[in-house]
Amino acid sequence: MGKLNLNRTAMPKQDPRERVLNCNEVALGYTQEQAIMEAERCIQCKKPLCIEGCPVEIDIPAFIKLIAEGDFQGSIRKMKEKNVLPAICGRVCPQEEQCEKVCILEKKGAPIAIGRLERFIADWEAAQGAIEIPPSKPSTGRKVAVVGSGPAGLTVASDLVQLGHKVTMFEALHEPGGVLIYGIPEFRLPKAIVKREVEYVQKLGVELKLNAVIGKIATVDELLEEYDAVFIGTGAGLPWFMGIPGENLNGVYSANEYLTRANLMKAYRFPEFDTPIIKGNRVATIGGGNVAMDSARTALRLGAKESMVIYRRSRQEMPAREEEIENAEEEGVVFNFLTNPVAYHGDEQNWLREMECIRMELGEPDASGRRRPVPIEGSNYRTSIDVVVVAIGNSPNPLIPQTTPGLECSKWGNIKADEGTGKTSQRGVFAGGDIVTGAATVILAMGAGRKAANAIDEYLRTGIW
Amino acid sequence: MNKILKKLELAPGIKLFEVDVPEVAAKALPGHFVIVRNSDRGERIPLTIADTDKSRGVITLIFQEVGKSTLELGLFREGDNLPCVVGPLGKPSEIEKFGTVVCIGGGVGVAPIFPIIKGLKAAGNRVLSIIGARNKELLILENEVRMYSDETYVTTDDGSYGTKGFVCDQLGSLLTNETNIDRVVAIGPSIMMKAVAEMTRPYKIPTIVSLNSIMVDGTGMCGACRVEVGGETKFTCVDGPEFDGHLVDFEMLMKRLSMYSSQEKKALDDYKGKI
Ligand SMILES: Cc1cc2nc3c(=O)[nH]c(=O)nc-3n(C[C@H](O)[C@H](O)[C@H](O)COP(=O)(O)OP(=O)(O)OC[C@H]3O[C@@H](n4cnc5c(N)ncnc54)[C@H](O)[C@@H]3O)c2cc1C
Ligand code: SF4
Ligand code: FES
Repeated sequence: MGKLNLNRTAMPKQDPRERVLNCNEVALGYTQEQAIMEAERCIQCKKPLCIEGCPVEIDIPAFIKLIAEGDFQGSIRKMKEKNVLPAICGRVCPQEEQCEKVCILEKKGAPIAIGRLERFIADWEAAQGAIEIPPSKPSTGRKVAVVGSGPAGLTVASDLVQLGHKVTMFEALHEPGGVLIYGIPEFRLPKAIVKREVEYVQKLGVELKLNAVIGKIATVDELLEEYDAVFIGTGAGLPWFMGIPGENLNGVYSANEYLTRANLMKAYRFPEFDTPIIKGNRVATIGGGNVAMDSARTALRLGAKESMVIYRRSRQEMPAREEEIENAEEEGVVFNFLTNPVAYHGDEQNWLREMECIRMELGEPDASGRRRPVPIEGSNYRTSIDVVVVAIGNSPNPLIPQTTPGLECSKWGNIKADEGTGKTSQRGVFAGGDIVTGAATVILAMGAGRKAANAIDEYLRTGIW
Repeated sequence: MNKILKKLELAPGIKLFEVDVPEVAAKALPGHFVIVRNSDRGERIPLTIADTDKSRGVITLIFQEVGKSTLELGLFREGDNLPCVVGPLGKPSEIEKFGTVVCIGGGVGVAPIFPIIKGLKAAGNRVLSIIGARNKELLILENEVRMYSDETYVTTDDGSYGTKGFVCDQLGSLLTNETNIDRVVAIGPSIMMKAVAEMTRPYKIPTIVSLNSIMVDGTGMCGACRVEVGGETKFTCVDGPEFDGHLVDFEMLMKRLSMYSSQEKKALDDYKGKI
């Protein structure tokens, strides 16, 4: 190996001034030359730390080596041994917290752009047209119900169907994909990609039932009468509000509603699509995670003149991905750190008019190790505002826990499941993803799905719980 | 799937569909609603289930054509399939033997009150029903209501049928003449439900209303359907749609219902322009 190359290959992006005027994807992806150039930087460590940093243990040096050699087909095959949704993960995984964080070259400030390469290889495959359908094992005659079609459900379903089990996936909404379809915006994750991945899972033989709310058309216990096992991957869909005065004024949205209207229901194309959304000139998003970044950037694309983020800690503590914070800044989102809303004020007609905030300062570290924000007394100020998007988190949807008496849950309503297997307190019932962990990441949901699929397969073959 | 087996026009602009959805019908109870969509561009429209025939796997939906989406829905014909029917959603009505129950339906609100009347009657209650409409032409389900009610009172705003006046006027005379009313259930325009709740408050009669908040998913995921009940925020789609009428903040409900009125008007005008 020659001299270390510490020039991380940049990925082309749409110009910020242009991209806020459209909803197309911001990042444009590597060309073949760029991908090979980046792949050649990998020094193929003997003990690759990157693999340990990957929640699904992709053989990272191997797929990168194949790219460097120009064997893209081989590379995607290697990738799919561990990750069935690379086009999605390459775009939305927090690589800077995972594989790229521990990449040996990170110490030199130039980790391999593993995520961009992952995305490149998945897009390359899609561009070829024909996607390889791996052969499934002979039918076992066993039936599994998968509840929820987010990343956890999709992973479980595709793994189990390839092992020869018959899989039916139930989804409450009219489109499959979970947060990938209703939450994460088009400009970050094009819906065509999610559709392609879902179609792939269907081509593998998974039966998909949309508009099917489990707990309503059938309880989990009823599913167990027909299916040999049930996997619950229903996500963390219940939006939190802060409980401050004025939160029910017209113009105050949960991020879930705002993003669902914009993405799933395509309100940005109203009246061509039927669902409306309040646009507003001045929009404030409350929160500092990916969901907040997505909301603030969506507001710009809906035509807001000013889109601001209100976050109670400082930039350092923001849980959003660095890349997304940068994108938001480039696009002109204004960040108000160490600030928290305390009330919203409206007019006679219940319309939001003003937001009242208080300044914060960082105190002693709290349980999460981050310094606790404390309000500075008397620092309240008011500012006029048209739309507020509350993006402070979600908890699990209680529908399934409420209708499944045998399921043990935490006091927050998360289903209790074994980390290694996804087994719940009820025989034959497995769970994974955000419904177990609380709002987390796509890759962790997939990782949980993969583990549960292995455990379900074993349970179906041995009958041992 | 979701085939419209029967379509009727009950009154000008009020349509009835019988829809073949065995999985929904099997679980539907009085008070439940479904969400339907017209097309893959359509919004998600909540509609209360007006009747269920479990043996045939059929539910009845009754809706008034008020905006673009409901007008478009009204264009579906017998034999067509609805692109999407989700449910049954929400909490079912509390159906028990309460004693004497007054059931009030105003306008298309007669449709969702009907399964409750039926359920309450079957549970052994004495059911006094008050149904009303603007005029005779717009009155729906009178025979059906009469069939399951011990007494039925009909009002029309213009006096073209039944007693002239509002359902609340009729309620007023029942409240003064009947000694023991154990419960009141009212479904109709927010303003009507609010008036009913105000009338029964001094009598301390438990009064249940069914709210028609704006919804998106209908499964508790978005919070579009927020209402304030007893000072607390509730999600109509999962905590309701039925609530204690004495605790509901109707003012807020009505203002939230008008949140998209300018967009709705635009959509309707565009649509009418096209057809
Ligand atoms: C706006 C936003 C941006 C995000 N950005 C990122 C990011 O950049 N990177 C990242 O890694 N993570 C991100 N996340 C988090 C990530 O999307 C989630 O952690 C992940 O999707 C969880 O997957 P899941 O399969 O557990 O659940 P979900 O994706 O939530 O899917 C659950 C599915 O189950 C369905 N369902 C629920 N109840 C029922 C029922 N009773 N019957 C039938 N179906 C039901 C739901 O409709 C949904 O489709 C983001 C989340 C949001 C909201
Ligand atoms: S740690 Fe970095 S340099 Fe080493 S193999 Fe992994 S990606 Fe390549
Ligand atoms: S309609 Fe979305 S939470 Fe009720």
